[in-house]
Amino acid sequence: MAVIRDLNKDKMDVVEGSYAVAHSVKVCKPNVISAYPITPQTHIVEDLSQFIADGEIPNCEYINVESEFSALSALVGSSAVGARCYSATTSQGLELMHEVLFNVSGMRLPIVMTIANRAVSAPINIWNDQQDSISQRDTGWIQLYAEDLQEASDMHAQAYKIAEDKDVMLPVMACMDGFILSHVYEPLVLLEQDLVDEYLPPYEPEYKLDPKNPMTFGSFADPECYTEFRYLQQKAMDNALGKVEEAANDFYKTFGRYYGGLIDEYETEDAEIILMAMGSVIGTIKETIDKLRAKGVKVGLLKVRAFRPFPVEAIRNAIKNAKVVVAIDKNISLGLNEGALFTETKASLYNTSIDVPVIGRMIGHGGRDIPLSTIEKIIDDAVNVMKSGISVESQYADLKEELL
Amino acid sequence: MNFLFKSGHRGCAGCCDAMVAKFTLMAAGENCIVVSPTGCLEVMTTPYPESAWGVPWIHSLFENAASVASGIEAALKAMGKDDTKVVAIGGDGGTIDIGMRAISGAFERGHDITYVCIDNEAYMNTGVQRSGATPYDASTTTSPAGAISFGNKRPKKDMPAIMAAHGAPYIATTSLGYPKDMIKKIKKAIDVEGPTYIHAHAPCTTGWGFDSSKTVEVAKLAVQTGLWPLYEMENGEITSVKKIGKQKKPVEDYLKMQRRFKHLFTKEGGDEELKKIQAIADENIVKFGLE
Repeated sequence: MAVIRDLNKDKMDVVEGSYAVAHSVKVCKPNVISAYPITPQTHIVEDLSQFIADGEIPNCEYINVESEFSALSALVGSSAVGARCYSATTSQGLELMHEVLFNVSGMRLPIVMTIANRAVSAPINIWNDQQDSISQRDTGWIQLYAEDLQEASDMHAQAYKIAEDKDVMLPVMACMDGFILSHVYEPLVLLEQDLVDEYLPPYEPEYKLDPKNPMTFGSFADPECYTEFRYLQQKAMDNALGKVEEAANDFYKTFGRYYGGLIDEYETEDAEIILMAMGSVIGTIKETIDKLRAKGVKVGLLKVRAFRPFPVEAIRNAIKNAKVVVAIDKNISLGLNEGALFTETKASLYNTSIDVPVIGRMIGHGGRDIPLSTIEKIIDDAVNVMKSGISVESQYADLKEELL
Repeated sequence: MNFLFKSGHRGCAGCCDAMVAKFTLMAAGENCIVVSPTGCLEVMTTPYPESAWGVPWIHSLFENAASVASGIEAALKAMGKDDTKVVAIGGDGGTIDIGMRAISGAFERGHDITYVCIDNEAYMNTGVQRSGATPYDASTTTSPAGAISFGNKRPKKDMPAIMAAHGAPYIATTSLGYPKDMIKKIKKAIDVEGPTYIHAHAPCTTGWGFDSSKTVEVAKLAVQTGLWPLYEMENGEITSVKKIGKQKKPVEDYLKMQRRFKHLFTKEGGDEELKKIQAIADENIVKFGLE
């Protein structure tokens, strides 16, 4: 399915990605925003702070916390009281939150947090890759990845819709590539307040901290019952598979814009080669595909929007008729020499009748530029796999040998 | 009497945490939300699916109770429910060591919360390891007395002074030896607007090594020797002090009741150490005008 966008030019503004996201958060009417500044997330929280200073977000408190650890910890309390909550972070900040991430999902608090994806230290690097959020994949958060500013902006309304669904009640990371999306200006439609009000109902949790009906949150679970709590979290993730699709479809009905649900596809129908990727690199891949299609190369794209829950069935269906699949990763699992999308895609095909060779290529780490030539080189590798099988299963595709 | 902190929890007989929690809820009343960090209090009061809390209660992590309390306060404010009081009750480790960043941030931001630190002077939930609140010469499992050691080498961190430096409008030290005084101070702390801090000295029968019937007696002796001064600070100034007067006892009376100080009475050189501890008490008596 192609991207559908009912974009009326009269309704469009040219804004920075961070501003678009801040605006989206504003129109989702949060009660508590809690954040700690870290590059390249800063513009989002600065814009939100200005909205607060100008009285543009009623019934909302902004907490200037002393660390990312407290940014998310404060929202544990706020969300448990029944507040709609928001934070944003990246890289080191997200890693500092690690312990709290498990806690939020375990307590089933539907917090939405923007991740302006950035590399992790050492060596310190403020530019984009997706090692930060991918490294948090087992923390029980839903993870959605945006392709461009319009999607990043709109994704936040979808994120609240998914997170607060009674059958889900899980936190969501709305991931957008740092700088590439957070600091770029593009024409887009700022999320429409009247339509958001229609799309996103007020948050009314089934359970909350309320003196009129005292409840205990965060109790101690011994071996008699701990497994069942974890099982129910996984069930909620299973439920989220359908809810991610539903939120995207409902969004299309209300706003006329659609970017895929769990996944999206581009030129895959007759594709022999399918590239898989997440985030802003999607645009570069589409352009490369257009170029190569003109030369007769049957190449298509599988855009993965939801990395958690991992859309196993959707991926299987999308790639089953391809002759070769390449998973592109802006992350690496050190010691395995594979990116997570590659590893998990391979795992999704094992024990099935689908017999498609899959290779992994890691690119764009620490903000390394991804020109069309890098994608073309990867497609060349894929062509060679079709001709003579896999020679190198997984590797960096943009390594500078001369620096080693 | 129907207490908001219910019986049937898993605390030890003579448990100091249970007593402080009970007194805190007596002071706070029904319209409050309580936050506790990880620790004995959390473990013993909420073994799923049971709970000893008759008020809404939340535990998140070890080091973030003050942050969680901040978030609750902010949310209540945003949602127009700010008549509900927010109280954090945590141990010394979760408050003054691993929770230091969180409580510092919460107090600097000026949230309307009350933080009650139950100071039993070591990490009791994990098996009596040394914390920043462990007193000089106390033997713990990670600062044990031995052939060349008299136990913990450092004095207690002065947490009330640190909180005063944050500009907290009300701070008080309390003791389980004086429950009425404790309840009165907690109530006052909750009524004062802004971040207020209660530091409750709380003898732990298991960790300190005394008979479970002696919690109150040991607590009283800490006050009567001058080792735990009781005072209130309002806007950085000491506004009341509990005088010891004629009740003043030598530190030996307090120390000899506890296994954690046993080595001071059996080990060569213990006399000299006792003098040092007496000097700490004497300094307190002068500093706070306890006589």
